[in-house]
Amino acid sequence: MKKNLNVVGESVLRNDVVEKVLGTAKYIDDYKFDGMLYGFTVRSTISHGKIISINISKAKKINGVVNIFTAKDIPGKNFFPMILNDYPFLAENKVLFYGQPIALVVATNQEIAKEAAKNVFIEYEELEPVLDIHYAMKKNSPKIFGSDNILRKYIIKKGNIDQGFKEADVIVEDVFETNYQVHSYLEPNGMIAVPQPDGGITVYGTMQCPFYVHDAIANILNIYHNKIRVVQTTTGGGFGGKEDVPSLVAGHVALLAYLTKKPVKLVYTREEDFHGMSKRHPGYIEIKYGAKKNGKIVAAKVRYILDGGAFATLSPIVLWRGTVHAVGPYDIPNVLIESFAVATNKVPCGAFRGFGQPQATFANESLIDILAEKLKISPLKLRQINMLKPYSRTATNDKISNSCGFKKVLSEVIKKSKYEKILSKKNENLSTIKTGAGLAIAFYGVGLGAGGKYIDRAGAYLQIQKDGTVIISIGNTELGQGVFTVISQIASEILGAPYEFVKVLQPDTTRVPDSGPTVASRSTLMSGNAVLDAAKQVRERIDTMVLKLFNKSKGKVYSNGKEYFISTNPEKKIHYLEVIKKCFVQRINLSATGWYTGEDVSFDSETGQGKAYYSYTFSATVAIVKVNILTGVVEVKKIVSGHDIGKAINPKLCEAQIEGGVIQSLGYALTENLVLKNGIILNPSFAGYLIPTSMDIPEIIPVIVESKYSKGPFGAKGLGESPMITPSTAIANAIYNATGFRTKKLPVTPEILLELKNKK
Amino acid sequence: MSIKIQFKLNGEEKNFYVKPNMTLLELIREKAHLTGTKHGCGNGECGACTIIMNGEPVRSCLILAVEADGKEIITIEGISPQNLTELQKAFIDEGAIQCGFCTPGFIMAGEALFKKTQKPSDDEIKESLSGHLCRCTGYEPIFNAFKKVAKK
Repeated sequence: MKKNLNVVGESVLRNDVVEKVLGTAKYIDDYKFDGMLYGFTVRSTISHGKIISINISKAKKINGVVNIFTAKDIPGKNFFPMILNDYPFLAENKVLFYGQPIALVVATNQEIAKEAAKNVFIEYEELEPVLDIHYAMKKNSPKIFGSDNILRKYIIKKGNIDQGFKEADVIVEDVFETNYQVHSYLEPNGMIAVPQPDGGITVYGTMQCPFYVHDAIANILNIYHNKIRVVQTTTGGGFGGKEDVPSLVAGHVALLAYLTKKPVKLVYTREEDFHGMSKRHPGYIEIKYGAKKNGKIVAAKVRYILDGGAFATLSPIVLWRGTVHAVGPYDIPNVLIESFAVATNKVPCGAFRGFGQPQATFANESLIDILAEKLKISPLKLRQINMLKPYSRTATNDKISNSCGFKKVLSEVIKKSKYEKILSKKNENLSTIKTGAGLAIAFYGVGLGAGGKYIDRAGAYLQIQKDGTVIISIGNTELGQGVFTVISQIASEILGAPYEFVKVLQPDTTRVPDSGPTVASRSTLMSGNAVLDAAKQVRERIDTMVLKLFNKSKGKVYSNGKEYFISTNPEKKIHYLEVIKKCFVQRINLSATGWYTGEDVSFDSETGQGKAYYSYTFSATVAIVKVNILTGVVEVKKIVSGHDIGKAINPKLCEAQIEGGVIQSLGYALTENLVLKNGIILNPSFAGYLIPTSMDIPEIIPVIVESKYSKGPFGAKGLGESPMITPSTAIANAIYNATGFRTKKLPVTPEILLELKNKK
Repeated sequence: MSIKIQFKLNGEEKNFYVKPNMTLLELIREKAHLTGTKHGCGNGECGACTIIMNGEPVRSCLILAVEADGKEIITIEGISPQNLTELQKAFIDEGAIQCGFCTPGFIMAGEALFKKTQKPSDDEIKESLSGHLCRCTGYEPIFNAFKKVAKK
C-alpha cells in the first residue's frame, strides 16, 4: 500500500492509437453508405449585398445533379441556435460575408456537385462592406447588425479608476493588435446524414459539440429531438474550430438527406474550410496601467474590441472570457474594462483555443514589460509583486482559492529557462544575431464560467460487461487531446478494473444526456466527475460483494488495480474478474449513470463583478529567441512553459497538450498571417497561411504543477487552452529583449520587425 | 472516357478503369477503398496523403491515377498487414499521435526513409518530416519516434 493511486497519475499509453497508427481509424470522409449522394455549398462571392436572384437552371441540367436547394426549402427555422441566433443556414435576401452559404447542391458524386455549384448564378446588388471595426462603430457606417454593429459589450468596474490613476506614480499605456488565426485542424469539417425509416435522421461527423449539432438539426428540419441521433466519428483535431460551425455543416447535410431521402455526405475542401469556417478573432486592445514607485499596480484600464465578423455565433462568450481576464493575472484594486464584439462583413469568428485570452494577454503582458522598464524593476519582480495568490481578488472581484500554484509555476519556469541570466546578457553590438528572453504569465478560468453556467453539466453511463471489460459513454468528444484515455484512467482507478479493460465509446446523443460542449478545458473536470460519480456507485456494489466474499459485513475495500483486499487481511486478495463473475451470478447491477454540475458562479452585467469561474489554472512561459536583425527572421530556441492544472491524470498527455499548444502559439506569434482584401481571404491554403513545421520547433520544456482543486476529479482542473495563451507574448517580449524592437502587432513577421528597425 | 491502368497495390496486381483527371488519392480512397490515406488539403501542402510509389514517398493528391500504371504502390494498409512496424510501435510509445489524421502520412514518409537508410541522421529525419503538417503534437514526439527507430 505504498501508492495511493494505481493508474491515475501514471503516463499509461493512449487507448485510441493502434487504429490511428494502422490507418484503420475512420474519420468522417472514410465512411460510405449505400446510395449515398454528395453535397456541395454555393457561397457568396461578395462581402456585402442583396440577393436579387438565384439561377439554378443551368446547374440543374448537369448530368448527375439530383437537386439544388435554397433557404425557401428549409422546413424549419433558418438559423442555428447559438446565443444570438443570427447566423442563417442559408442566406435569404442578403449576404454579409464572402463565403456565406446561399444554396446547396446534391449530386451523385462530389465532382459533379462542385461543378454544379459553379453553375449556380447569383445576381447581387452590391452594398458597401464594413471591413474595419472602428468604422463599424461609427455613426455613419452601414449597419449590418442592430443599430450600432455591436454584437455584445461588457463592462467591468472595480474600485475607483480615476482615484487609482491619481494615486499612481507611473502610468503606461499603449495599443496592441492581433490578427486572425486559422485552426488548421488537419481533418476538414464534414458530416454525413442518413435518413431513418421513422422520418428521423442520424448524423455522423467531426465535431466538438454533438449536442449543439442535435439542436441545430431540430431547428432546420423542424422535427423532434428524439428523431435525431448525432454520432461522433474519429475527429482529426478541433482547437475550437469544430465548436459552433459543425452545426451549420450538419444542418446543411441533414436538410439534403431529409429532402432527397438518401444518405448524403458533405465534406469541405480545404479552401472552403478557410473561407467559410470560424477563425480566432482579430483583437484591438487599448490598455493602461498605473503603478506606485514600488511596483504595486493600483489601476488598470482596458478597452478591448474583437472583430466578430458577419454573425455573432460565439463572439459574445469569447469576448466575455477575454474581458474577465483582460487586465492580466494581477491583483489590482481599481479596474475599468470596456469591451465590444463588433460586426463586420468578414468571416464570422468563433472559438479558438484560448478563447479571447491570447489577444488580451499580448496586450497586458507586453505592457507589464513596458511598465517594468519605466519603473526600473525587473519584469520578473514586477510580476511577482502583483500576481494573483490565494485570497487575492481578480478584476471581477472573484477570490482566488487555495488551488493556486502560481508562485511555484513561475519559479520553476524561471529556474529551468535561466531567464534572468539571458535577460541581462548584453548582445554584441556588431553581431547581426541577437539573443533574448521573454516572459509572460496568465490565469485561466476553467470551464464555461458564469458566461455559460446553464449548460455547464455532464452525464456519463458506465457498464461492466460479463467478461469484466468496461464500456463508458460520455458527452465530451475525443479530438486528439486524449480525453478517452483520461476518462478510462479515472474509471479504472475508482472501479479497481485494469486500465486495459476500459473502453470509452464515441459520443452519441442517444447514449448520454446533453453534457454541454467540448470546450473551455472542461472535459477532464466535467466528464471526469460524471464518470467518477457513475464508477463510485458501481464500486460500492462491488465492495459489498468483496466483503461478502471475505465474510465481513463492513469495512473498507482496497484495490491494487487488479485485485481487491481488506485492511485486516491485506495478504489475501480476490481478483477483479472473480468478483465480477460473482456479481453477475448474484444479479448485481454493474451499470450506472453519472452526473456532474459545475459549482455555482455569477456575473453582474452592470458592474462586471462576481464569481466568474469556480476555479482557475495558472501559467508562465519563458521563450528564448535568436533574431537576425538583417533579415528580421526570428528563431525560437527554447520554450519553458509551466501550468498549474490541479492534478495531471496522465502526465505524458499533459506534456503533449503543453507542447502542441506552445507550437500553435509560436505560429500565432511569428508566421500565421491571414491576409484579407475587401473582406476576402487571399491566402486560403497551407502554402499561403503558414503553420509551424518540424523545421520551426524549439526545445520545449513542459512544467506541470499540481495545486489541487477540491471539486476536481483527483484534484484536476483543466489544461487544453492554457498552453496557447502565454507563449506568443513571451516570444514578443523576448524579441524586444534581443533587439529593442517592441512589437505592438501579432504576428511579428520579418516585414514588421524590419519596419520597427527602420523606425528606430 | 476511361483509361485502363494496371499496377501493384500493396503487393497485389490490380486493374482499374480511371478518368484521365482522377488523382491517385481518389483512386486509392474511392476505387480501391483504402481509406487510411487521408485527404487533408488536396494541394500537396500537408502530406496526409503520402504513399510510397516505387520506393519514394509521394503526395498521392498531386499524382494522376494514370501515372500509377506499371508502378508499385504501397499505402498505410500495405506496409505491415500483420504486425505493427517498429516505427508504428515507436509512434505509440513516444506519444506521437493525437488526433491521428496526419499519422499515416508521417508513417509512410518514415517507412520510405528507413527502407533507404537504416540509420538516418537527425537532419535526414527532419528533412523527411518537413513536408508534413501536424497541428496537435508540436512534432517533437514524432521526431523522437523516428529517432528511436534510427537508433536500433
